[in-house]
Amino acid sequence: MDGEELTEQETALYDRQIRVWGADAQRRLSKSHILVSGLKGTVIEFCKNIVLAGVGSVTLIDDRVVTEELLAANFLIPHDENMYAGKSLAVLCCDSLKDFNPMVRVSVQKGDLSSFGVDFFEKFNVVVVSSCSLSTKKLVNEKCRKASKRIAFYTVDCRDSCGEIFVDLQKYLYSKKEVDEMVECLLEYSSFEEAIAIPWRSLPRRVSKLYLAMRVIERFEELESRNPGDTSIADLPDVQKLRKELCEAHSLSESMIPDALLERLLASTTEFPPVCAIIGGILGQEVIKAISGKGDPLKNFFFFDSMDGKGIIEDISIVKAEG
Amino acid sequence: MASEQQSSTIKGSKVLMVGAGGIGCELLKTLALSGFQDIHIIDMDTIEVSNLNRQFLFRKSHVGQSKAKVARDAVLKFRPDISITPYHANVKDLDFNVDFYKQFNVVLNGLDNLDARRHVNRLCLAAGVPLVESGTTGFLGQVTVHVKGRTECYECQPKTAPKTYPVCTITSTPSKFVHCIVWAKDLLFAKLFGDKNQEHDLNVHSKDGSSSSKQAEDVFERQEEENIEQYGKRIYDHVFGYNIELALSSEETWRNRNKPRPIYVRDVFSSELAIQNGNLHNCSNGDPPSLSAMASLGLKNPQDLWSLKENSKVFLEALKLFFSKREKEIGNLSFDKDDQLAVEFVTAAANIRASSFGIPLHSLFEAKGIAGNIVHAVATTNAIIAGLIVIEAIKVLQHDVKNYRMTYCLEHPSRKMLLMPIEPSEPNKSCYVCSETPLDLEINTHRSKLRDVVDKIVKAKLGMNFPLILHGSALLYEVGDDLEEDEVANYAANLEKVLCKLPASVTSGTILTVEDLQQELKCSINIKHREEFDEEKEPDAMILSGWIQPRATEKSSNTAVDSEVSTSSASEAVPLVAEDDDDLQIIPTITGKKRKLSNVSNEMKNKRKAELHSKNDVVVLDDDNSDMSKKEQ
Repeated sequence: MDGEELTEQETALYDRQIRVWGADAQRRLSKSHILVSGLKGTVIEFCKNIVLAGVGSVTLIDDRVVTEELLAANFLIPHDENMYAGKSLAVLCCDSLKDFNPMVRVSVQKGDLSSFGVDFFEKFNVVVVSSCSLSTKKLVNEKCRKASKRIAFYTVDCRDSCGEIFVDLQKYLYSKKEVDEMVECLLEYSSFEEAIAIPWRSLPRRVSKLYLAMRVIERFEELESRNPGDTSIADLPDVQKLRKELCEAHSLSESMIPDALLERLLASTTEFPPVCAIIGGILGQEVIKAISGKGDPLKNFFFFDSMDGKGIIEDISIVKAEG
Repeated sequence: MASEQQSSTIKGSKVLMVGAGGIGCELLKTLALSGFQDIHIIDMDTIEVSNLNRQFLFRKSHVGQSKAKVARDAVLKFRPDISITPYHANVKDLDFNVDFYKQFNVVLNGLDNLDARRHVNRLCLAAGVPLVESGTTGFLGQVTVHVKGRTECYECQPKTAPKTYPVCTITSTPSKFVHCIVWAKDLLFAKLFGDKNQEHDLNVHSKDGSSSSKQAEDVFERQEEENIEQYGKRIYDHVFGYNIELALSSEETWRNRNKPRPIYVRDVFSSELAIQNGNLHNCSNGDPPSLSAMASLGLKNPQDLWSLKENSKVFLEALKLFFSKREKEIGNLSFDKDDQLAVEFVTAAANIRASSFGIPLHSLFEAKGIAGNIVHAVATTNAIIAGLIVIEAIKVLQHDVKNYRMTYCLEHPSRKMLLMPIEPSEPNKSCYVCSETPLDLEINTHRSKLRDVVDKIVKAKLGMNFPLILHGSALLYEVGDDLEEDEVANYAANLEKVLCKLPASVTSGTILTVEDLQQELKCSINIKHREEFDEEKEPDAMILSGWIQPRATEKSSNTAVDSEVSTSSASEAVPLVAEDDDDLQIIPTITGKKRKLSNVSNEMKNKRKAELHSKNDVVVLDDDNSDMSKKEQ
């Protein structure tokens, strides 16, 4: 137990979830600080979940001005142009989120995510990034790893009816109950850069096709300097060409990344709200696990595709030699 | 992402949501964002503080208001152009009949209890409207699709009844805290504050049955000259002292058990001249539910363990508060987990009894969870399940039959999956709800009355609300507003008759037809006379069977979606029914199927079972529904 007891008010509000994860976990949650960047539908869902769960604070980064498209899967912002005219996404979402749970401090941080230094990220226990470029993901992940204390790092993206979560908890020690005794478990995570650099040939034979397809598209956006998600079906020929190159370099059959899947991922610019709810829910659960130290955390990728309905965990990490 | 065709299907559809609670809030939000424009929503509940950690459409200022209505207003803020029609009503109301259901393209359930789920299932079957059913508990959840003739209905798989405890364990030989809770809630609380005519009495029966319940009955009546304090102490001494002494007199009972210790007021408060009473001025506000013995005694943290003395103080104080501040309700109270004073009383009484029997004491927080059958609930699982419901609903609207899936949300991955889709099973050909298979009823036709059949079978087991019972063309029983006086009298008289003495005699071999006009459900019951029943194991003195039998081995249906997996079905690996939200028990389904399971599923099955059982201290004395706080939420 770490100090202070939950207040009467907290016990009443969090009654049902304390029955799930216990008062200790609830206390740890209330002392945690979360940074969130890129406020599209999935991340909005995630924010709702952790604000309800009762984390200590949530800091939002997204200077984009609100547009119709950005609101497609957003339930935080009232549908009234007069109210949102000129304001940033983060400011508007902040106002609504505060309202969900007065016990959580929600605030806005202006600025470009990639411009912040290690000391900034150090203020947080959890960093979640979305809608950002491959290089920003790598950069933020590295900064989190350089911090003097452990920062849990997540990326999340939804395209069409597909979603992907990446988790880096660095060295994560937790205890779990096995039969009747508590066992200490140590998980070693790879950084995003390390994970995606793993040759495709050495991945598990039945690795999710979504993993490979997402890497091709991510690479394409990087090469073309596109904003994340700024693609269309017209890009298919170029993406197919890139797929060919990548598959040849990795000596992998191109059939592992079907055209139909690439088409779906490229064509759709708006999010599919049910998938946002699902991915945002899984991500919320994972962050709660990581903070509370209760439950097996996900290692290290999660994929959902509503076409087959499967929510799959893939472990794509470097196996470090002992000693 | 939605294709043109898909979005026009969504826009043109009319959906009914049942439940605006944990799953309901998430579902309404996701439906609205997904482009649904005509949504109707039924929920009889009002908003409570403990909902706010996950039912995100509600705020503290909404406490006490209709969930359906507040949810509608909240969603219209971000989607003002859609139509949401709320009904603050019980889904079992007669207004929600088959014609009402027929106007919808799909029905989506976010319910918290078996009763209402069965009811909606029947109306959907009768109206021919597809149903997407869901449930969550903690990190577990599931979504299932029920389309008449295509997939199994909600009742094709029998649902296990809430856990029951033998009466003598509760009245005489408790060995777990849950037994003490059941005793405190269903016996003591009910006896003191509820209907005086309850069936099981509180007094300990010695083996020779000598305890005179007639004389003991009067003990619970407050004497005219008696003040509240005297009364409270007398009750205390009677139930925790005298009754235990009486029980101890039966040597045989305690031969292999630890003997309980009688506890009297004087033992607990021996060193004090007078019992320190709570300060009533602290809770002078007249609002009954805010009355609290804890508050007036200065006990703050509901997670603290109270000593025997503290429990005794809470017991006496709560009893006093009931009799002094809530006198009018006495005689009509039933236990409600949201009634602070009732929870305090039950916690204290259960703890004092636990002290007697050497059972570890529990905090109010824990006791409340056990007494109220509180289901663990978190926002994330509800959000995930709501997303899955919408995905299935869209498939159903597009008649995409081959892609219908039931999906489990797991806490620990199985075959790398956290969300596991399964092909739905075909309808169970022996399901009495969606097929016309008759049921068998073993009963003593010379002793059991028609009332027993109506209450214990037709209502409790078959879940009918407005039953009609026919023997051939002779009407034995019927309910309704439009009956003539002589009919009412006639049916009332029939209720009290034993089966073989009914106007159309019911004997072995009789086939009864039972119908529910609202649910448009009809089934046949074959009567088999049986002379004897085991009082402990078969307390109803009748056995209903027919659809509960395991299904014969099937080949093609229910195969896991993954083609690499043989016929092992993961549907058996996880509980079929989980409940969402407040006051309903978790009901793991025992499918009773005898199919081959792969090692993986088997392992998982065991794991799941263990998990559920540990959380599953369901507290109900009789399976004919003493957990009466059931609500549609």
